[in-house]
Amino acid sequence: MIFRTPLARARGLGSAKSGTHHWWLQRLTAVALVPLSLWLVASLIVLASADHGTVIAWLSSPVAAVLMSALIVAVFYHGQLGLQVVLEDYVHAQWLKLTGIVLMKLVALLLAAVCLFAVLRIAFGN
Amino acid sequence: MAEFTLPANSIVKKGKSFPAPDGAKRTRRFKVYRWDPDNDENPRMDTYEVDLDTCGPMVLDGLIKIKNEIDSTVTFRRSCREGICGSCAMNINGTNTLACIKGIGETKGEVTIYPLPHMPVIKDLVPDLTQFYAQYASIEPWMRTQTPHSGDRERLQSKEDRARLDGLYECILCACCSTSCPSYWWNSERYLGPAVLLQAYRWIADSRDEYTGERLDALEDPFRLYRCHTIMNCTKTCPKNLNPAKAIAQIKKLLVTRSL
Repeated sequence: MIFRTPLARARGLGSAKSGTHHWWLQRLTAVALVPLSLWLVASLIVLASADHGTVIAWLSSPVAAVLMSALIVAVFYHGQLGLQVVLEDYVHAQWLKLTGIVLMKLVALLLAAVCLFAVLRIAFGN
Repeated sequence: MAEFTLPANSIVKKGKSFPAPDGAKRTRRFKVYRWDPDNDENPRMDTYEVDLDTCGPMVLDGLIKIKNEIDSTVTFRRSCREGICGSCAMNINGTNTLACIKGIGETKGEVTIYPLPHMPVIKDLVPDLTQFYAQYASIEPWMRTQTPHSGDRERLQSKEDRARLDGLYECILCACCSTSCPSYWWNSERYLGPAVLLQAYRWIADSRDEYTGERLDALEDPFRLYRCHTIMNCTKTCPKNLNPAKAIAQIKKLLVTRSL
């Protein structure tokens, strides 16, 4: 039996006074990903028939290494922001939502670190 | 988790059929969602054949004719019959709208009528809007000021400032938009929904109100405001042709503006 008034339910725990930063960064990373994705696709087309050495040499160049790093950061940051929204939308059990968001963010961080490490290793040699 | 298994009484059964009276030349079939809280039966779709030659032009006229002449147990809300009270909001042929301003002639084939989606049903086409109204009350939809109000004169407003309320003040709170929004379906406990957010923006946009900052504070929340993912069902369905999605975008814009 719920004896709380409808207004008490509607007011709930009050406003979190956050969310704008999340929303703004999702847009910002989306805008950044437009040129970065185009650059990646164009590069992959050009390098489609290149051998291993050529690709390594290309990724070692400062411009390619910096843009690739920026792409990795933007992709994983944007991705975890978006997946957080999906989890918040559809998972209603509080413990599962919290666990899901934490795990998802840690996995995103790990994958981003792996990708960045790979790019830096190629860029700076062994 | 989102509920993938629905409760047993969510399965809508085939209901009774009421054929057209003898001699009716121009008939239309109305299929109406029926659910009675007083027995344990599942909801059903009853079919009524209505003689259009003796019926008014709107879907609401059809429903009233059914209730008056065919089956007096059909339950629905209606009042003004001219699109200003918002009582007869329901889902007609898959779109939330007001039965009183939806012409039968605008529809093709059967007229299928359900209550507003994803709301608790009280009976037949009558949804429980208690929480929707409480959410409206929670945004404090009245003018708030600190400057003491002079009792002998109006609060003045320029024509330009008054014009900023156009497209907002016309909202009649029929709940068509909120109940068409998937985000509101999944998170109506915490997401305010398009109707209430449009109303919140109506007070944010009011040049006479002095609590703009507090109003924005109260909305700045991952659930109250940011469950809006610009799906646009609200704007598509609004029977008053308003644009709640735009009002929500204005709120988001103001929140970014004040932080940059």
